[in-house]
Formats: sequence, C-alpha cells, structure tokens
Amino acid sequence: MSVLVKLSTTLRDCVPGYDPVAGMEVDISEHGGLSAEALAAVIGIPRTEIKIVMVNGRQSALSTVVRDGDRVAYFPAVGGG
Amino acid sequence: MFRFLRVNMATKSCVFEEIPAEYAGLGGRGLTSTIVAREVDPLCTPLGPHNKLVFAPGLLGATNSPNGNRISVGCKSPLTEGIKESNSGGQPGGHLAKLGIMAIIVEEMATEGEWWQLEVSKDSARLVPSTVAGLNNFAAVEKLVEQYGKGCSYVSIGRAGEFKLTAASIAFTDRELRPMRHAGRGGVGAVMGSKGLKAIIINPEGGKNHPLADEAAFRDASKRFAKALMDHPVTGKGLAEYGTAVLVNILHEAGGLPTRNFTSGQFEGHENVSGERMNQLTKERGGEGAVAHGCMSGCIIRCSGLYPNKQGKLISKWPEYETLWCFGPHCGIDDLDLIAHFDHLCDDYGVDTIDVGVAIGVAMEGGGIPKGDGKAVLEAMHGISEGTALGRVIGCGTATTGRVFGVRRVPCVKGQSLPAYDPRAVKGVGVTYATTPMGADHTAGYSVTANILSCGGVVDPLKKEGQIELSRNLQIATASVDSVGLCLFTAFAILDVADALPAIVDMLNAKFGWQLTGDDVVTLGQRILSTEVDFNRRAGITEAADRLPDFFQDEELPPHNTKFDITHEELKTTFNWIK
Repeated sequence: MSVLVKLSTTLRDCVPGYDPVAGMEVDISEHGGLSAEALAAVIGIPRTEIKIVMVNGRQSALSTVVRDGDRVAYFPAVGGG
Repeated sequence: MFRFLRVNMATKSCVFEEIPAEYAGLGGRGLTSTIVAREVDPLCTPLGPHNKLVFAPGLLGATNSPNGNRISVGCKSPLTEGIKESNSGGQPGGHLAKLGIMAIIVEEMATEGEWWQLEVSKDSARLVPSTVAGLNNFAAVEKLVEQYGKGCSYVSIGRAGEFKLTAASIAFTDRELRPMRHAGRGGVGAVMGSKGLKAIIINPEGGKNHPLADEAAFRDASKRFAKALMDHPVTGKGLAEYGTAVLVNILHEAGGLPTRNFTSGQFEGHENVSGERMNQLTKERGGEGAVAHGCMSGCIIRCSGLYPNKQGKLISKWPEYETLWCFGPHCGIDDLDLIAHFDHLCDDYGVDTIDVGVAIGVAMEGGGIPKGDGKAVLEAMHGISEGTALGRVIGCGTATTGRVFGVRRVPCVKGQSLPAYDPRAVKGVGVTYATTPMGADHTAGYSVTANILSCGGVVDPLKKEGQIELSRNLQIATASVDSVGLCLFTAFAILDVADALPAIVDMLNAKFGWQLTGDDVVTLGQRILSTEVDFNRRAGITEAADRLPDFFQDEELPPHNTKFDITHEELKTTFNWIK
C-alpha cells in the first residue's frame, strides 16, 4: 500500500533528495488509517508549513484519511496571478 | 500642484489644465474610466480620432506607500470594442505622480505615417518628431536613453503598436530602464499607434512627493501596510522567491491548468515550466539572473525576478504565470528558456503575452502552426515585427486568429482571450471572465484566491455555489485597488490580514484629509464598475456578451470532468446593484 506525495516550493527543502518530477512514493502499509497530517509528519514536513492539502486534485482537510493509490499534494501559502 | 496634461495629436498642442471638479478624488482606473466614459463617444472607431488614450497614476502615487506607483491606461479598446483599463508597473507612474500630473489625455490623431514623441517635464510638455520610429521597444528605449538620459522614464510602443495590431501593448521602463513592464491587455498599444504617438519621455526632475494632510498619520498607516505585506507569506516571501510562476504546479494539481487549447486541465511537462524550476535555474546560472526584483520604486513584494540563459546573460524578466502557461502548456511546449525568449519578444515587439500566446495555441488547433513546435512559434513571433501575414494575425490576438483558422474552440469573452485558469475547474474566475466589462481578465476579480489558494476564505472551485458572490466582491475591491495605484498582489495581504485595508484607508485619509471608511471603498469600486458597464451598454455591448464560449458548457474538462454550469441568468446577478 502506497501513496504518491507531491511537494511544492519550500516544502521540498524539508525532504532531502526529493524528485520534483516523479514525486515520492510513500509506503503506508505499516500505518492503518493514516491522515494527511500524520503522513506529513512521517515524511518530515512540519504542520506549520502546510497551508493547502490536495488529495487526488481536490482540496482536503488535514484530517482526511489517505488510501492506497492516492496522490497527496502539500503546499505552503502560495499566490500569484 | 495637481493637473491634467491634455495632448492633441492633430494640432500638437500640449496644455496643462486644472483638474475639473467632476474628476476630483479619482485616480488610476477610477480616473481613466471616468474620463473615457465622459469624453469618448462609445460608438467611435477605437483606432480613429474620436478615441482618447488616458494615462493615470493612482491616488497613492508619489507617496511613501509601499507598492503604490502603478499606472493605469484607459481608452475604448480595439480588441473588445468596450471600455478598457490596463495597468502596469515600472517607473513612469511614480514619475508622473511626482510631477503632479494626475492624467495625460491624448486626443485626435497625427497625420497618417507621422510619428511623434511626447516630452514631459515639470513645467513643460511638447510633441517632437520621433527619433525612434520603426524600432522595437528595446532598441527604441536604448536610443531614447542616449538622447534624454538615465534620469527619465520611458513609455513606448513596438512595431506591433505601429502596425495597430489589436493585441499591441504599451511598454513602461523598469528601474533599470528596460521596457519590460506592460499595459498588456486590450490593444492599448494599437490606440497609441493610431494616434501617431511612438513614445513618452518623462523627466521627473524637480518633481516631489505629494503633500500630506497629516504626515504623522500617513507615516503610521504606511508602516502598518508595509507590515501587513511583509507578514503575509505570499507578499512577504513567496512572490519574491518564485514569482507568479509558482501557480503552475498548484493549478496543474488542481486540474485547472488549461492544456492544449483548453482540452485538459493538466500538463505532463508542468514541472519544467514551474516557478520552482525557474528559481532553481536562476540561482544555478547566476550571471545577470536575479531572484527577488522589484519593477518599480517602492515595491517591497519584488516578484519580477530576472531569468538568465545558460551563459548567465539575461533572457527576460521572469515570465509571469500567464505567459509561461500560454506559450507552455497551452501550446504543448515545456522548454523554459524558449518561453522566456518568447516573453522577451512580446516585450520587444510590444504585444500582450496572453492574447498572443493563446492565439498561437488556437492557431495550432486550426492547423496554422504545427502543434508543440517551438521553432515554428519563434518564426511566427518574428513575423509580428516583420509584418508578415501570420504575424499580423496572431498579433491581433486570439479572437482574430480563431476566425482566420476556423477554430471552434476559441477561448475569448468580448474578444479578449481567457487567461490561465480553466473556468470549468476554477468556476469563480469563470464568473469574472464572463462578466467583467474588460473582456476575459483574471485580474478583474481574482477568484483563484478562495477557489485554489485558500486566501480570503475557501470556495470549492468545482461547484457553482458561492462563485457569483465571490467574483462580485473581488471585482468591486479590485476596481478600488486599481484606482489607488496599488499593485494587485497587495490583495493577498488585504484578503488575509485584518489591518491591511484599514491601513490603506488611513493612508488615503491622511494624504487627502478625507474621512473615508471601508464602506466607501466598496462604494467607489461599485461606482467604477457601473461607469464601465454603462459605457459598454452605450457602445452596444449588452448583457448577452456576459457569457463564456459554449464549448465550456458542452465539453467536460479532465481530470475532474466538470463543465461550466453557471447559467446566464445566474451570471446576470453578478452586478446586482446595477438596474
């Protein structure tokens, strides 16, 4: 069981060796009912750095439980236009 | 000290005049739109003598307010045939404000084939035969700097403006005298070209900051506003580090990054054209590249980095998200260096990156340019300066290009191309595209904030609920911000930091001795929008034009497979204060 994690901007600095094109596969078979927040902790991203979580392209709460095959993207505050 | 400069291109008279009472208290977009609405016949030919071209700094120009030196350009648009305000950074806004010139109003036309340049200084203004006709923006400004010096700032059009192409822009020099800031949208450069006005030289010598009714109160409010900007992670850090290009990855992730002419919401090459990649390459290559660069005096956000090539030579300023998108995902191209080069060509020839970039993707769909072929795009782009048939077609923008190549999927509203957010996956900005009097324009009411960025609240981007109200409120607030002369990016702080808007109101009160409240800001925004909508109605643009092309209702957008389902009847309620 695994999820694909995608990171944006400064969050990439929290994970040494992060591959921005491929993202990172994270094995979650050891963790039952892992939330997006707990998943972030597992890979070393401080909660305070996260502003937006998208699970499969939809904005989701940090409490959302991630499932096998999900794509989970974390963003700090970003803006442009 | 405040006055208008009225310039008649037929008689060559340049007259400073007192500001008529009906324009008191207006600046920026509020002023350009009010002048255009009062003085321009809405039924006139945009590229004829009855149109006027208005330049106006904002109400906080020439003060120590952060980010307050933008300049608005107004006219009847040859692209949309409606009212237009397009604003820009760079130095001329602040310089005009320092000279006390609250508007330059350019009227009539010179004799066809004649080119003039306008010299503006503290106590004089005159039209002289242009020394730079036929040149594009970079060569023109270089020559003007030799002639007039480094202390001036410059406004110019490239060959696209001389050809009166309807996507032509007007360039404003940045702090380093590069013509890289543009009033891009709506063909304002074609209007300048139609007048025979090639350039404006502004000598700020002897100009000064505006008097303040209450200096201490202004200083205090300005500090509070600066603090709000610095405290917010986007205006305080994010934009400087990654530019607006930071949006590429998040829009891809959200499925709202229009790809290959709005047939998908995701682009497989997104990472190659992302803000993260641009930041990395800028740092690695060094040389003339720079992360964090401000385009105008007083900017503390500093989003306009400088992008170098492999040898460290400047290719262009950091292309904006919109530019990266339209020459990138929209055309199926993921070569950042090439896109930066296209950005430079747009600045040099003087065209709107959005309307021309989108036109190229539309031409690809219609068989006019091979799909995803960067070399072919380069050739087409050079054609804008050379005046080739294809160059003139794409230089006239997306709507013209769509017609020429027989394309069904032409992403335009009121003749102006949609920017970089698919309205089926970011529905709030779809409401803005459909209803703003400017023609499709994200900056008119940037619903991406609550739809995607969790800024100023959260509204689900895929659902229709809440989108009209969101767009309405943002369109009203934006009209006010555009009048104050503030960079629109201050809105991120205004939406999230409670003290930011009160600080702006306090600055205005301290400068002018007014007693405005936050409610007055809303009233001002509504008044400007009402004026603009009224001009469009008189120009023959009815409510029927407040809609998206029907392919957005007919075709589902992957990956969320949604359609734009906000009905025309619902869209009509956006400006609910207008009868």
